Amino acid sequence: MNVKPINELFKKELVVINMGLESFADNLKDVGVKVLQMNWKPPAGGNKKISSLLSRLGR
Amino acid sequence: MKKILVQKDSYYDSVFLMLINKEVKQFDGVKDAVVSMGTDVNVELLKDMGLANEEVESATANDLIIAVEAESEEVAEKAIEAAKELLNKKKSESAESDEYRPVSLDKAVEMLPDANLVVISVPGAFAAREVRKALNMNLHVMLFSDNVSLEDEIELKKLAEEKGLLMMGPDCGTAIINGKPLCFANVVKKGDIGIVAAAGTGLQEVTCSIEKFGGGITQGIGTGGRDLKNSQVGGRMMRMGIEALKNDPETKVIVVISKPPAEDVAGKVIEALKETGKPCVIHFVGLGAGKQEGNLYYAENLEEAAGMAVALSKGEKYEKRTFTIPEEEVEAIVERETQNMAPGQKYLRGLYTGGTLADEAMILFEREIGNIYSNNQTKPELVLKDPHTSQGHTIVDLGDDVFTVGRPHPMIDPSTREERIIKEMEDPEVAVMLLDIVLGYSSHEDPAGAILDSLKKAKVKAKERGGYLSIVTSITGTKGDFQNMDEQKKKLESIGCVVMPSNYQASMLALKIIRKVG
Repeated sequence: MNVKPINELFKKELVVINMGLESFADNLKDVGVKVLQMNWKPPAGGNKKISSLLSRLGR
Repeated sequence: MKKILVQKDSYYDSVFLMLINKEVKQFDGVKDAVVSMGTDVNVELLKDMGLANEEVESATANDLIIAVEAESEEVAEKAIEAAKELLNKKKSESAESDEYRPVSLDKAVEMLPDANLVVISVPGAFAAREVRKALNMNLHVMLFSDNVSLEDEIELKKLAEEKGLLMMGPDCGTAIINGKPLCFANVVKKGDIGIVAAAGTGLQEVTCSIEKFGGGITQGIGTGGRDLKNSQVGGRMMRMGIEALKNDPETKVIVVISKPPAEDVAGKVIEALKETGKPCVIHFVGLGAGKQEGNLYYAENLEEAAGMAVALSKGEKYEKRTFTIPEEEVEAIVERETQNMAPGQKYLRGLYTGGTLADEAMILFEREIGNIYSNNQTKPELVLKDPHTSQGHTIVDLGDDVFTVGRPHPMIDPSTREERIIKEMEDPEVAVMLLDIVLGYSSHEDPAGAILDSLKKAKVKAKERGGYLSIVTSITGTKGDFQNMDEQKKKLESIGCVVMPSNYQASMLALKIIRKVG
């Protein structure tokens, strides 16, 4: 079982991208983690069917 | 009078909208209100409430809906204006922060090239595509979102396995990576115990107990609740977590926690643990305890899992005991808590915010006295007919989906539990209320304080009836948590609640009380 990237992560400083609830980013900032809050919006204007189609196309 | 406003292309996250919704509902003259995004589920909900029009029915997950039913048009309009103002305040606050917020993951990685983990809490229907993108960019993932399909989970975990990356979730509420608490987690000291858990509040209870016993942790990896329950998911993330902890030189002892796993999955996990060669503590809530096979130690409860792990890490012998306070003291508490009860007071009411903690109590009581009603029961005849109404001995998990439609989880918003306490206090047959108080990041800033008034009222009510209501609690938290654990304890004790050192001990004490009066 390949878990090398996980063991590499254990040796690094955690650097986080937060997609969604902003309070999770605030908590991380509070404990000194470098974190970037995204301004996430539902893809394809929130249309689930088109969004899933785009996802399957790898977009 | 009903008023509906649909605002196209204005996305807000659900937790924030639920808090606004609560404010609008409390507006004088408002009968009902919904402030939400136009997802399929929300549109259906609005239709059922009679708060939908054509515009609502064609809304998308990117459209904001404010629907209000009020005693007059004027009130409805004012309530909508108030909601808009609260939302605008949020927008301008976000705009004020000087950092630019990328809309796509590609852009985010461009801005933060050393990023190594993505925390995803977007609505479940859109989460899988974001996880796929993150994994393909070689980023580890913590997936907090629920409502992700089993098919997606299997596919994403296979992808994570191929790449050797963490994919914690879906529905993963707690993790501690490199000492940093993610989502709902406590501030726990560093040490040499590594944990993989398929149970969020279970991980919180174990990590906090480890610190209480003088130990510390390396990593607390979450897997999401389905990882071991489903044969096709096959415990993939737990086995990867175990492998990583095996290779980690800082980790001396490994702990795994889960609700009862599928049989074939349990076998695979145990095999993986054997191969680590490190001492491993296993706690499958409600399953095989007390035995030891080679490097594997089976714990009976969450606190014991922590106790065993700390003993192993220090090279000491684990001493099994039910209570960490002297037996005479326990007996004195039982005596004090029962002496003024009225005849007919006999039932337990466990009102929990943490799912695993509720299960731990339920399984314990089920084993000791049987017939415990709960919304988490696996025996169909003991599932609560109406989760909002207790019957006999009841232990209710208030974080269950039935209680959280359109409102935040009770660990964030204690009002669900407050309402339930008020309801339970009318029942003269209740002898004991058993409660968890969960501290840590993302939890309410004062969970004990928020329910104190209702608990006090419940005690007064029982006294007025000529009886006594026993309230037994435990606090899942550490001295490092921002809520101030000592203050929380003091608040509970100030109104006569018993505060026990763990959920297991609180449950055992409640059991002694019930046995004495029952």
